[in-house]
Amino acid sequence: MNNKQFLSGNEAIARGAWEAGIHVACGYPGTPSTEIIENLARYEDVDVEWSTNEKVAFDVAYGASIAGARSLVSMKHVGVNVALDSLMVTPFSGVNGGFVVITADDPGMHSSQNEQDNRFFAKFAKIPMLEPSDCQEAKEFVKVAFDISEQFDVAVFLRTTTRTSHSKSIVEFSEPNRTPPQKYKQDPHKHVVPIWGKRWRNNIEERLKKLEEFAETFPFNAIEWNSKKIGVITSGICYEYAKEVFPDASFLKLGMIFPLPKKMIEYFCDGVEKIYVIEELEPFLEEQLRLLGVKNPFGLTNISGKDMFTNIFELSPDIVSRAFNGNGKQKNFESEITIPPRPPVMCPGCPHSGVYYVLHKLKTIVTGDIGCYTLGALPPFNALDTTFCMGSGIGNAFGMEKVHRNTMGKKLVAVIGDGTFLHSGIAPLIDIVFNKGITTIVLMDNSTTGMTGHQQHPGMGKTVRNLDTFAINYEQLIRAIGVNHIRVVDPYDLEETEAAMKEALALNEPAVVISRRPCVLIEEEKAKTRYPYEILDELCEECDLCLKIGCPAIDGSQSVPFISKERCIGCNLCAELCNFDAIRMIPTN
Amino acid sequence: MNSSIKKNLLFSGVGGQGILLISELTARAAIHAGFDVKKTEVHGAAQRGGSVVSHVRFSQKVYSPLSKVGDVDILLSLEKLEGLRWAHYVKDGGIILLNNEERSPQPMTEKKVEYPQNIEEFLSSKRYNVQTIDAISIASEMGNYRAANTILLGAMASHTEIADEHWLAVMKENLNPKILELNLKAFERGKELTYSSV
Repeated sequence: MNNKQFLSGNEAIARGAWEAGIHVACGYPGTPSTEIIENLARYEDVDVEWSTNEKVAFDVAYGASIAGARSLVSMKHVGVNVALDSLMVTPFSGVNGGFVVITADDPGMHSSQNEQDNRFFAKFAKIPMLEPSDCQEAKEFVKVAFDISEQFDVAVFLRTTTRTSHSKSIVEFSEPNRTPPQKYKQDPHKHVVPIWGKRWRNNIEERLKKLEEFAETFPFNAIEWNSKKIGVITSGICYEYAKEVFPDASFLKLGMIFPLPKKMIEYFCDGVEKIYVIEELEPFLEEQLRLLGVKNPFGLTNISGKDMFTNIFELSPDIVSRAFNGNGKQKNFESEITIPPRPPVMCPGCPHSGVYYVLHKLKTIVTGDIGCYTLGALPPFNALDTTFCMGSGIGNAFGMEKVHRNTMGKKLVAVIGDGTFLHSGIAPLIDIVFNKGITTIVLMDNSTTGMTGHQQHPGMGKTVRNLDTFAINYEQLIRAIGVNHIRVVDPYDLEETEAAMKEALALNEPAVVISRRPCVLIEEEKAKTRYPYEILDELCEECDLCLKIGCPAIDGSQSVPFISKERCIGCNLCAELCNFDAIRMIPTN
Repeated sequence: MNSSIKKNLLFSGVGGQGILLISELTARAAIHAGFDVKKTEVHGAAQRGGSVVSHVRFSQKVYSPLSKVGDVDILLSLEKLEGLRWAHYVKDGGIILLNNEERSPQPMTEKKVEYPQNIEEFLSSKRYNVQTIDAISIASEMGNYRAANTILLGAMASHTEIADEHWLAVMKENLNPKILELNLKAFERGKELTYSSV
């Protein structure tokens, strides 16, 4: 094998974990973390799974560590919120095999509902965190993280951001160290935390002190002396940005961002005239630095951080450079020419389109959830009233119903995808039944995890390696919860979908409508022969009703809409809407 | 590798057009030629038919994967409006290659979207070297419209100062043998279109 490869940060992390001798890896898909588990699944000597959700992933991987294996859990930033309950106990109980928790943050909210700086979780849980600045470091840091984890008997965070996860650079491989797991050592005094946790509390503080000492000589915390006029303290991708903007400056580059090497920071600050702390999102390093009361010969006021470099969205060489030079906004051409935005859209033939057309038509109040179907909030559907985070929509709908049951009860719908339902939608549905709600739920079953790129989930009958496994039967599951009214519809059949929705909404009990049709981007679906449609000019009355299905294959900018032959997949939805029979399948001969 | 060469490239278009494949081929050609290379783009929600951009930078040593505004040598856009959206990244006198493809964005409000007119003229007035290539028509004439992106890659290749042997090696390594011949021809055809006055 070629010893050097062009890898993304996520691919490099998978390689590093394998080189480090990992035995178990668990995760839940979420941009920008998804490819870590996908790539780990290629190493056949690692037990890899897509877990039901991040907390489950955490618990399974942690169990493997307690059993004696090096193990890893991977998730996006908001996934850590889900797994946090489990995470917060681990400082008490420690590890057996090395245990690494990967948090992939998304500054700039490229593909997330919020922006949050997960570096604070390291401080909150009192466990160390490493942050690589490129793909080579991503690979090396995973290995170092396992060593630290075992040396200090602690879970270790590895934090990436979108620009380290999804950038590619050249990575040099090393020989793997594939040793078997250690033997399991029973230790209930350490691992039954509610009973004996108190005796470990002090240990957490002592461990932190030892880690602070360790940070002072940790080789990836390094000073690069250059001009003493400017000293930059930074970590992660911001190091790369700062090197572009300040090629002549001295740098303190932190590979471990918690706990910090206090003496090294003091020594560095003592040697430079002006200090810039360059970090994305919150002033995590800067606050700690200021608390240290660094005695720079030029005084504390000689530290700049969030007073110059914004805490909103991601940084870039451009933003760092303009902040430093004080020349405000970037020049683009928006002031001279209108540049319309291009939001993401649902695909031609997306099964969600049929559901949203019907919900829009019925003027329902809809609580949404996380997935491709969040795009139903955009025109022409404008179908969503709310969307917050994974699994929240069903509970939100029930809460709204409690306040306005008489006026809104028969109009409230919670929509949720199959993957999200299994992640965290079951418990709130139980809550509705338990507490005598009447909410209607649409389970949009497209047989995959759509938005993140078709990862396997427990409803699909396939594991992460595409091996056959049990597939959840949603009807049985939902019936067992206590929902008696369940209807299954094909969202390509608008009449059937509308009838089922009306029936469900009229009931005085909880109801679930399962809208079932596979995502059009699944390989088996893409392999099908497509029979595209066309609009006949002579029959079209220019009513634009076909545009109400929100299909990007239909260009509505001219008076007679036009269907792109290359992009239409022949779902027939637009033809169902046309009152003039002006839309038909293109004759094949 | 010529150690004085330092190039910042930008690839833009609409999710699903194949931007990530052509930026990947370009990055690999630069590696094959001996350069340090970094590349970045955003995955996930940003790709469902939305605006997509991919940065590729190569030189003897590259730090940031992201280019600065006004620092890009060549912008290759698979769609015209997306070329306009990212054009301010291009340096004065830089090259903008536009695929002659217009895709109306879905509106974010009830108002219909007005697709900007005269994008080429506007960009040419900004001290850029703008070339529009009807890649889909040319590819269709060659027998398969899917080779359009490789035609554009060919048109861009000479400006990158990466020798042909590297491009050809990378295409052979990375493309399905079934479509390799077509793509090699499309690359050659693209090179013939290279804007000679630049």
